[in-house]
Formats: sequence, structure tokens, C-alpha cells
Amino acid sequence: MKRVLVVVAALTVVIAAVQPVAAQKPSGEITVFAASSLTESFDAIAKQFEKKYPDVTVKFDFDSSANLAAQIQQGAPADVFASADEANLQKAVDSGDVNVKPVVFAKNRLEIAIEKGNPTKVKGLADLARPGLVVVLCADAVPCGKYAAQAFATAGVSVSPASKEENAKATLNKVSLGEADASVVYVTDVKAAKGEVGGVKIPDRQNVIATYPIAVTKDSRSSAAARAWVQFIQSKTAQTTLRKFGFLPP
Amino acid sequence: MRRRTRSRPPLAVAILAAVAVVFFAVPVLGLLQRAPWSELVDDLTDPVVRDALRLSLVCSFGATALAFVLGLPLAWVLARTDLPGRRFVRALVLLPMVLPPVVGGVALLLAFGRRGLVGQYLDAWFGVRLPFTTWGAILAEAFVAMPFFVIVVEAGIRSLDRRYEEAAATLGARGFTTFRRVVLPLIAPSLVAGAALTWARALGEFGATILFAGNLQGKTQTMPLAIFVELQTNLGGAIALSLVLLAVSVVVLVSLRDRLFPA
Repeated sequence: MKRVLVVVAALTVVIAAVQPVAAQKPSGEITVFAASSLTESFDAIAKQFEKKYPDVTVKFDFDSSANLAAQIQQGAPADVFASADEANLQKAVDSGDVNVKPVVFAKNRLEIAIEKGNPTKVKGLADLARPGLVVVLCADAVPCGKYAAQAFATAGVSVSPASKEENAKATLNKVSLGEADASVVYVTDVKAAKGEVGGVKIPDRQNVIATYPIAVTKDSRSSAAARAWVQFIQSKTAQTTLRKFGFLPP
Repeated sequence: MRRRTRSRPPLAVAILAAVAVVFFAVPVLGLLQRAPWSELVDDLTDPVVRDALRLSLVCSFGATALAFVLGLPLAWVLARTDLPGRRFVRALVLLPMVLPPVVGGVALLLAFGRRGLVGQYLDAWFGVRLPFTTWGAILAEAFVAMPFFVIVVEAGIRSLDRRYEEAAATLGARGFTTFRRVVLPLIAPSLVAGAALTWARALGEFGATILFAGNLQGKTQTMPLAIFVELQTNLGGAIALSLVLLAVSVVVLVSLRDRLFPA
């Protein structure tokens, strides 16, 4: 009887000693709300992340940052928000849905997406004002739409788009489907759609630097795992992956 | 005539039924309590909202007109002829009713888009391009909404006693005269109900429209699209537009209550 008690006591001590470590190890499921331009890179990073944290499952909702910010303000269950601009993450900060300081983890640039082989011979932003050319852009409220408007303003070009799509990927799709001749999206979008669309570089003096901040939301139910994701995005592994997909260092 | 008996529901059934009622009522209340009543007029005269209202009227009536012109003959063929493969045709007509509208939009793009099955010839031969045009929005709405018209009108023609048409024929009326003078007046209630349902469905169309016609203020941005886009920046405008659509839906329901739910 005494021996049993000793064993039980010893086990209790061991369990008590192990417990805190086990509790610290992040686990559970996190939902990451991310700008649509992060689709390919975050999918790849999630595989690396889940290898390091096998107890965590990462789920994504990719859409325009403007739409995601509006959803978070209405109480959508996001654990992490990665925006393609600072303004939309700031909206979530202002409404109290994010109460930590966001970290910038990547930057991006704009590029003109055109049909493969460039049949319409687009050479720069000025060509997009050409009458008869079907141009689609991101909606005004969406980061890629705002950045594109800035680039057009700098270049002194005024374009009448045929449509303003809901996010960067939808905008790019109209070009890869052949419905539009050209669109202005991120360098990373053109790179990810290599083979389906062609790209025309926008020179630095006209281009815009897009800033990508990330933060854990206030109401995250698995904040340990969510913080681990934000940490991991800044790690060398994730940063190398982001570079591979064409993002610039923060 | 058998009398229908009305019974008291068991408690559990009553509770679940009440939950269902609350489930339908709460979203409506949610919309109403957040409605910016004092700024409603300002919100509704905002250029984006005004353009969306105008465009929604144009497109939904356009789609309903198209349903009349194409759907009425189709309903008659389905109801009155022994067309081989009629069941297949009816299934095809019904498909857009069960198909997710987004799939409809992709399908329309692959059919009538600039590189589409038919669209490439429309472009090459006639210079007609439908995506990103108001015509495209009308087509997208008609694709999704016309089945309602065909189904309701077909049922109306089917329930019509053939002897009226036969009597008209024995009196010397030709086919079209019979249709115009006998059939049409008799199925008028079905036409009205079918048109109203089609119009309401067209008014609310989102998925097929944004995919096929795109989203541009004053050209293809109908009310549902504007609600979606405005939600990101201008919640008040989005709610104001939603209220308009809610009011329209209520009016359609009330005016059609006898057709939809015969007592």
C-alpha cells in the first residue's frame, strides 16, 4: 500500500512538472484572415508551420483586406489578421478588435498583368488608358485598388476600367480568363499565375510599395497558437518562402 | 370537400417551430435596428446608391422582359406539345434554380465571354462583347431568374382546360389568335405571378452578375453588388440599400400571397 502511494506521489510530481510545458505548446485550430495576394505563400508557410507545431491546424480565409476588416469588425472568428495595407488593419485596431501593435512582415509592389504573349503590346501604365483596351482593377476600397490609383496618379494616367473587382485574385482571373486585356495587381500575383498571364513591370518611380502588417485579434480563442503563427511569419523559414513568392523584406 | 382539421402541436414541435420563426425574424430585426433612419435619405441619394438603384431597375425589368419574350413560348411548348426530350428540356430549364449562381456566372463567362464557346464568335463576327456591359448583367439575371417564369406559366397553361382552345378552333380561330384571345387572358394570373417572382429573383441576383458582368458603378453594379462593396467602407449605405431590397421583397410577397399560398 505504501509503495503504491509513493508511486502515485511520484507520478503526480512528474505530471505536475511536465504539465506546464505541455500547456505552453500551442495546439488547436487557428483561422487566419489574409489578403488574397497572400494565398499561395501562406498556403506554403502553413505546411512548414504545421510541421513545427503538429498540434495546430491552420485554416485560411483569403479575401480583400477591406472585406476581411469589415467582417472582423462584425465579429467574424479570426485569430490572426494579415492585411495588404496598414489602413485596413488600423480599422480593426480602431474598433478594438485588435489590441496589440501590428508587425509589418512583408512588402509588395504592383505589376501590370496582361494576356500571355502580350498581344495588345502594353508597355507601361500609360498604355492602359488606350481606348478599346479592356482594363479591370481592384475596387476602390480594396488595397490593390488604392495602390493602383496611387500609381496612376503618380504616372499622370487616367484609366476607365471595365470593372472593379472584389479582390486582387478576382482581378487577375479576369485577365487569365481572357475577358480583360490588362489589370494592375501585385508582382506576387503575376508570379503565382505564371504560365496563365504575362507581366509588364512598372518602373520604381511610378510604383507603389504595399505594406503587409499582421496581428493577433483580441478575441482569438487560441491566442497561443495565433501568436506562434505571427512569430513564425517573421522566422527565417517563412521569410525565405515569402521571398520565393516575390515578396520584399519588411 | 374534406375539412382540414387543425390540431394543437406537441410542445417539442411548438418549441422547434418557434426557434425557426425566431431564426427568420432576428436577421430582419438586426437590419432594422442598425438602420440609419435619420440619414436614410442622404444614404439613398448617395451617387453610388442612386446608380445602383437605377441599374437594378433597368436590369431586373430587362431580365423580366426577356423572360416574357423567350420564356412564354417555352412554357407553351413544354405544356402543350409532345416535343421529344421534353423532360430533358424541363430539367435544363430548372437547372439554374438549383445551380449555385456563382457556377452560373462561371458557365456564362465560358459560354458568352470574349474567349467563350459562343462569345468568341459574337466578338469576331459582330463585335459584341457581353461581359462588363449592362446587357451582360441583364443576361446573368435572366439566366438565374427566367426558370421561375417558365415553371409558373407552364403550370398555368397546363391547368387550363384544353376545351377552351378547341372551342375557339371550331369557331375558326387560328392558332395564334386562340393563344392571344383565349389562352393569354386565362393565364394572366400565372403571368403576373411568374413575372413578379422572376423580377424579385433578378433584383436580388449577385453571384452570376458579379462574375459575368463584373462590378462597375452605373454600368453593372446593381444593388446587391453595391451592398457587397459598400459594406467594406460605408455600412450605412449598405444597410440603406438592404432596406430597399427588403421592402421590395415584402411588397412582392404581400401582393402575391394569394397566388403563392392559396388559402
